[in-house]
Amino acid sequence: MASYILRRLFGLVPVLFGVTVLVFSIMHLSPGDPAKIILGPKATEASIAKLNTQLGLDQPLHTQYITWIGNVFQGDWGRSIQMKMEVLPLVAERFTATFILTLASIIIASVFGIGAGIISAYKKYSWLDRSMMFMVLIGFCLPVFWLGLLLQIVFGLNLDWLPISGMYSAGQDGFWDMIRHLILPAIALSAGAGAIIARMTRSSMVEVFSQDYIRTARSKGLKEKNVVLIHALKNAFIPVLTVIGMQIGFLLAGAVLVEMVFAWPGIGTLMVNGILARDFPLVQGVILFVATTYVAINLLIDILYAIFDPRISYK
Amino acid sequence: MEPVIQNQEIPSIKPKQKAKQGPWGMAWKVFKKDKAAVAGLILLAIMMVAMALAPFLPFADPNEVDLTNRLKPVGTEGHVLGTDHLGRDMLSRIIYGGRVSIIVGIIAVTIALVIGSALGLIAGYFRNFYDTVIMRFMDILMAFPYVLLAIAIIAALGPGLMNTMIAVSIVGIPYYARIVRGSTLSFREMEFVLAERALGAGHLHIIFHHILPNCLPPIIVAVSLDVGWMILAAAGMSFLGLGAQPPLAEWGVMLSEGQEFIRVAPHVSLLPGFAIFLVVLALNLVGDGLRDALDPKSK
Repeated sequence: MASYILRRLFGLVPVLFGVTVLVFSIMHLSPGDPAKIILGPKATEASIAKLNTQLGLDQPLHTQYITWIGNVFQGDWGRSIQMKMEVLPLVAERFTATFILTLASIIIASVFGIGAGIISAYKKYSWLDRSMMFMVLIGFCLPVFWLGLLLQIVFGLNLDWLPISGMYSAGQDGFWDMIRHLILPAIALSAGAGAIIARMTRSSMVEVFSQDYIRTARSKGLKEKNVVLIHALKNAFIPVLTVIGMQIGFLLAGAVLVEMVFAWPGIGTLMVNGILARDFPLVQGVILFVATTYVAINLLIDILYAIFDPRISYK
Repeated sequence: MEPVIQNQEIPSIKPKQKAKQGPWGMAWKVFKKDKAAVAGLILLAIMMVAMALAPFLPFADPNEVDLTNRLKPVGTEGHVLGTDHLGRDMLSRIIYGGRVSIIVGIIAVTIALVIGSALGLIAGYFRNFYDTVIMRFMDILMAFPYVLLAIAIIAALGPGLMNTMIAVSIVGIPYYARIVRGSTLSFREMEFVLAERALGAGHLHIIFHHILPNCLPPIIVAVSLDVGWMILAAAGMSFLGLGAQPPLAEWGVMLSEGQEFIRVAPHVSLLPGFAIFLVVLALNLVGDGLRDALDPKSK
């Protein structure tokens, strides 16, 4: 197991190198002089030259990359041009809000997805299965930003049950206040992931239900509840767990759309505002942060997979 | 002697019927039986015809501003789906917006398909060095969550509809490269390809005449599901302000513009969102039907 983990870690080196090169290139792939883009059309030659020196853009590309990556490893992710702040603390602070939103969404998606998947598989080909799978298809096709608006209109404006924007009410910072603000965005974000988890749970459970040991469990007189939840679900769970892990990574990035609808102060809104203001250091920081988190989550899932599923050989 | 004659007659009828149908005919037969897929196809066809013929149909000008008729609700005389904050006809903007979204989806998928398939064919057919280089690069692209990769590319190229199209198509490239590489790897070792090679056929001939046609079924399924995803992604980017820009009638832009007025006129943002949902749903129904028809193993 230790050697497997080590090999996976080494395998990450080229991927992470590629990721950093791509993130580094963002500023250099831009058509035109980045300093000119940042400073706008009214910039003087002198101010452009000054910013070029400040950002190190007058150095050869490989020198720029080495300096940049060296700084990244030392925790110096540059300064946001627009917000005049260090990028790393800014990203880390905003990441908390995105992380809370993602976590809440994945919990909702898992509970409903696994529940719907189990019921569908248990009642395979019945009207209940068909209607649930149709709901899943709808969840899969719904534009997340549209679902967000729909929830805002119904539960925020018409029924006036929940707040429709921000993370806290003005002048408050209590836990329950945050939860009230979290419910609608978390539901909106969870629809797509819930649909994928439900599909995976259903297909995995259908396969398990056809196995001999399930028939044995039933024939020895176990309660149906125990057969389904203990014998079947336990064995069907590994592929579901993989999908849930993958979805956490997708939701971290996909949260940007929901954050924009609900004015949730996460890294998504930070990134979009950064792009519109051509704040390259900030945008690079956010993208690098999310991409590395995503790679780390995928690594963790692979390792968990290896721990939980002894049937698979990792040689 | 009689039984022998009977045995000869029976097989002589069956193969003839099968030969007439061919693999595509058989796939169509399976597809036709899937009611949901046929419903999706009909829905898609109606929308495509309306969008294609929009300039010839009596729709209002989608960009005609009429400030005296702002935010009219659905069912208003002369404006079946109401008007937006500038008094522009919603029905017409949704139809014209659909043209933009669907064209973006189709072009983006085409770019991803052509480049991804070419890379997959090269990697799978020539293997070794080409395979390693191409697939490691694809691994790097796939190390990003797809929304983040699209946003990163737009961050580099700058916001705009064209750049959004390029961004979502680049995101799609690794998926096609993987699908085609997988199929190519298995087909290149099959007897019919080995026989062609033994007969002295060139690489290009083998790739285009024998390997590519066999990769088509999984590609078709991926395309039908991907057009929907790319429409959704492009509309999402426009919604964020990174894609198409106002005053262009595009579903993401319309949704974003309407967001300001959800208290007084929710239809302005809800209708374009519903249109996106319908198209993506129709494409998914067709895609699922195609998958069952073209790849019976996946059932």
